[in-house]
Amino acid sequence: MNIKDQGTRPIVTEQDIVLARQACRKLAQDCGLRLVAQTKLVTAVSELARNMLVYGGGGDLHWEILEDGLRKGIRIIFHDEGPGIADLQLAMTDGWTSGNGLGLGLTGAKRLVNEFDIETAPGQGTRISITQWS
Amino acid sequence: MERIPILRMGEILLVTVQVEMHDQLALTLQEDLAERISATAARGVLIDISALEIVDSFIGRMIANISSLSRIMDAQTVLVGMQPAVAITLVELGLNLPGVATALNVDRGMKLLLDSAQRQ
Ligand SMILES: Nc1ncnc2c1ncn2[C@@H]1O[C@H](COP(=O)(O)OP(=O)(O)OP(=O)(O)O)[C@@H](O)[C@H]1O
Ligand SMILES: [Mg+2]
Repeated sequence: MNIKDQGTRPIVTEQDIVLARQACRKLAQDCGLRLVAQTKLVTAVSELARNMLVYGGGGDLHWEILEDGLRKGIRIIFHDEGPGIADLQLAMTDGWTSGNGLGLGLTGAKRLVNEFDIETAPGQGTRISITQWS
Repeated sequence: MERIPILRMGEILLVTVQVEMHDQLALTLQEDLAERISATAARGVLIDISALEIVDSFIGRMIANISSLSRIMDAQTVLVGMQPAVAITLVELGLNLPGVATALNVDRGMKLLLDSAQRQ
C-alpha cells in the first residue's frame, strides 16, 4: 500500500470544521469515491472533528491518499492531546454522551466508514483513524 | 449578525438552510423562530434542507430542537428536500429524528401542513 499524498490541518475553531468538511469532500471526489461513500466520509469527519474540538480542546486532522493495487482510499487521522476517554466501551455505546449531544458521533462515524481505529487513555489524548476505499 | 431568513407564507413559516450551520447560527435560528411563531400564530414550520450536503448529529439535534419548540408552540414541523445520499447516511449514523415529519419537497410539505391544519 502506497501513500500518494498527505497533509495536515488544525482544528481549533468551528470554522475549521466547516473547512475540513470541504477539504475532505474534495479529496474524496479526487479519489473517485461515489457520492454516498463521500457523504458518509464527510459526515464522519464532521462528527470526529467536532468531538476533537468540544472534548479534546482542539487537535490536528491528518489526511492520506492511499493506493492499494487498483483501489484508492482516503485515510483521516484525528489527534488531540485532550483528557482522553476513560471508559471507551461506554463512549462507544449508541446514545451515550457526557455532554448534551445525542451520543451518536463515535458509533455513527464507525458505521459510516470502511475502517475505524481508536486509541485513547485518560490523560493521553485521543487518536482516531478512519479509512474509506473507492 | 449572520442569520438564517424565515419566510412567511400565510400560516406557514419557511426556513431554507443554505449556509454551513454552526452553534451560534443554530441558536439564533431557534430564537428567531420562536418569536416568529408567536408573532404570526403560524401553524406550521417547513425546514428546507435541499442545499445541505451532509446532516450530522449537530444539525440533527438542531432539527429535533426546532421540532420540539414548534410543537410546544402549537405548530408542526416538516423537514423537506433531503438529498438521497444524506438520507442513506442518516440511517447509518443512527439518527432517526423521532417526531419529525418529512416530505420530499416544499410543495408536498406545504400540502401536508395545510391538510393537517384543516383537520383540526
Ligand atoms: N476526542 C475526545 N476526547 C475526549 N472525549 C471524547 C472525545 N470524543 C468523544 N469523547 C467522549 O465520548 C462521548 C461520546 O461521543 P459521541 O461523539 O459519540 O457523542 P457526543 O459528542 O456526546 O454527542 P453527538 O456527537 O451525538 O452530538 C462524548 O460525550 C465524550 O465524553
Ligand atoms: Mg460527538
